[in-house]
Amino acid sequence: MMHLPLTQTIDQIFVLSKAWIMGHVPVAFQPISSAILSVAPVLVVFPLLFAITTVLERKGLGRMQNRYGPNRVGPFGFWQPIADGIKSLTKEDVIPRTADQVVHFLAPLLLVLAAFLAYAVLPIGRNMVIANLSAGVLFFFAIGSMVELAVFMAGWSSHSKYSLLGAMRAVAQMISYEIPLVLSSIVVIMATGTLSTVAIVDAQTRYIGILPHWYVLTPWGFCGFVLFMIAATAESNRSPFDLPEGESEIIAGYYIEYSGFKFALFFLGEYLGMFATSGLAITLFLGGWSAPFSFLTWIPSYLWFFLKLLVFIAAFIWVRGTFPRLRMDQLMGFAWKFMLPMSLLNLIDAAVWHLMPHNILRWLVCIAILAIPCFLLSLNLKQRKQLQIRTYRFAE
Amino acid sequence: MHATFFILAALTIAGASAAMGLRNLIHCVLALTLGFVGLALLYLSLGAQFVGFTQILVYVGAIAILAVFAIMMTRSAGPHPQPALSAFWITGCVIAGATFAVLAWAIIRSNIATPTSAQPAVSTNQIGDALMHSFALPLEIMGLLLTAALIGAVIIAMPQNRSSK
Amino acid sequence: MTPLTGYLLLSALLFSIGLAGALTRRNAILVLIGIELMLNAANLNFIAFWRYGPHPEALTGILFTIFSISIAAAEAAVGLGIILAVYRHHKTIDLDHINTLKG
Repeated sequence: MMHLPLTQTIDQIFVLSKAWIMGHVPVAFQPISSAILSVAPVLVVFPLLFAITTVLERKGLGRMQNRYGPNRVGPFGFWQPIADGIKSLTKEDVIPRTADQVVHFLAPLLLVLAAFLAYAVLPIGRNMVIANLSAGVLFFFAIGSMVELAVFMAGWSSHSKYSLLGAMRAVAQMISYEIPLVLSSIVVIMATGTLSTVAIVDAQTRYIGILPHWYVLTPWGFCGFVLFMIAATAESNRSPFDLPEGESEIIAGYYIEYSGFKFALFFLGEYLGMFATSGLAITLFLGGWSAPFSFLTWIPSYLWFFLKLLVFIAAFIWVRGTFPRLRMDQLMGFAWKFMLPMSLLNLIDAAVWHLMPHNILRWLVCIAILAIPCFLLSLNLKQRKQLQIRTYRFAE
Repeated sequence: MHATFFILAALTIAGASAAMGLRNLIHCVLALTLGFVGLALLYLSLGAQFVGFTQILVYVGAIAILAVFAIMMTRSAGPHPQPALSAFWITGCVIAGATFAVLAWAIIRSNIATPTSAQPAVSTNQIGDALMHSFALPLEIMGLLLTAALIGAVIIAMPQNRSSK
Repeated sequence: MTPLTGYLLLSALLFSIGLAGALTRRNAILVLIGIELMLNAANLNFIAFWRYGPHPEALTGILFTIFSISIAAAEAAVGLGIILAVYRHHKTIDLDHINTLKG
């Protein structure tokens, strides 16, 4: 252990320091202190990332919309999250008189709890995972399904028509997009033959030349990745799928009646959910903590994970600043008429890929299996409506 | 192990009895999910990891949400002027109590020898192997059943005037 | 009391609670939920017998439970579909009022 090369020592520094601390703890307290040492970093790092993301998102969106974004608190407005935190902590916690007090109180807690539990199976770096479960991916989706319940509890208990509408929209959307989300991740499970997230990352750490053996670099992997990310955007209620909290229609959706710290908890839970789903996408398709090129493996594994996560966050902000919101029927139609058939086809495509001999024909056949139905399905989505410039009747 | 069992059993029973006893239907479903989560934790404590997670995914993520949707769509969440229990509730309770008495009597009387074996280690791969080999036919039938249920549920719930249009 | 007896008693109690709910509640959705609880009690039995049975390596209990959970999902979907259809027809899902077979 003392003779590791320097790069490996830096890579494993957190694992080694945890082992060092554990060596000084009495045996009776070892399980509990091990759990605390594993969980505490996650409880610190990801909320910190949330704070950074909020300011980045507001700055980025501001720039996209030709304004500055927050720039008052600290240099370039970077202490804005602290100001926001103090504000939400000191605000009055308003509970509507007709609200269901207990459920109203439990909903944000359940949401944040579910969001944090999902991190238990995400490998953040080499040997850095809280629980290496043999059914890790299943655990992730099972915990993710509890978010729906929390959202419904929030919307129903507030006893407001806007929050109920938002909750029903959110639950309908999350159920519809959960199916493509799960189906598109099954291709990776087919390829690796395991549900353990650690084993899935390990299967992708090989290199062919300088290129990594990531699943996103195969036809089915790429298609699965795109489907997964679209479904993940919908699952985390981000624009362009932000109907459940569309400000211009139903104000803030299911958490309209929440204020102060509970509102901040909802915000936190939503962003944590987004990070967790992005983390799962990285784990499944982008090789988790592995480096993108074989000559870059000296950079510590956890840095790669967070670098990839930051790229995802940037993409989410970019998408939010670019796309208009969908209509409810378009949203549902897209889920059931495009995402579901494509993710089912992707399963067949992955099977064909594994059965065919390794040559260029395999690439052509597999791309054709996906590209032709994708084109046909998108024709169907347009419903033969001729797109034209909207004419304004009253605005001119 | 015993303390875990009693805590989880209490959680499950509390959730289940609240689900059957509360007046507000949404509260019933929320209590029911508590019971389901308690059951899932019991499965986990018994070493059936896969089943425990499946339980949460299916019951909490799908069935509870479905029930909530049905409650919303049938507008039965509001205040009820009528009693929540049916007219024959005494008979029902007596039947249920008698069932429990008979079952408990049978369980306690029967002398089940339990080998004090270590917790069997079962991996997801083993379950997959079993599903694909010795349980392949039930798996196929299950696929057929789920497809039939999907189509059947859509047809049953579809508005009837849709066909005449 | 052996652990298995404890699990069996718990499962019997769960079954009886489900039965009581299914027999006494007026709302059709709650009756369905009671039936789900009874199914769950059976699942707990399967898992307990698998864990404390003589052949845990055969996995029969686990696989039966997986199949049973899928059946429960199908049952819930169809059952709630039927409840929605009944509601559309009778404008109520109070079981004491739905007492005609004629449409």
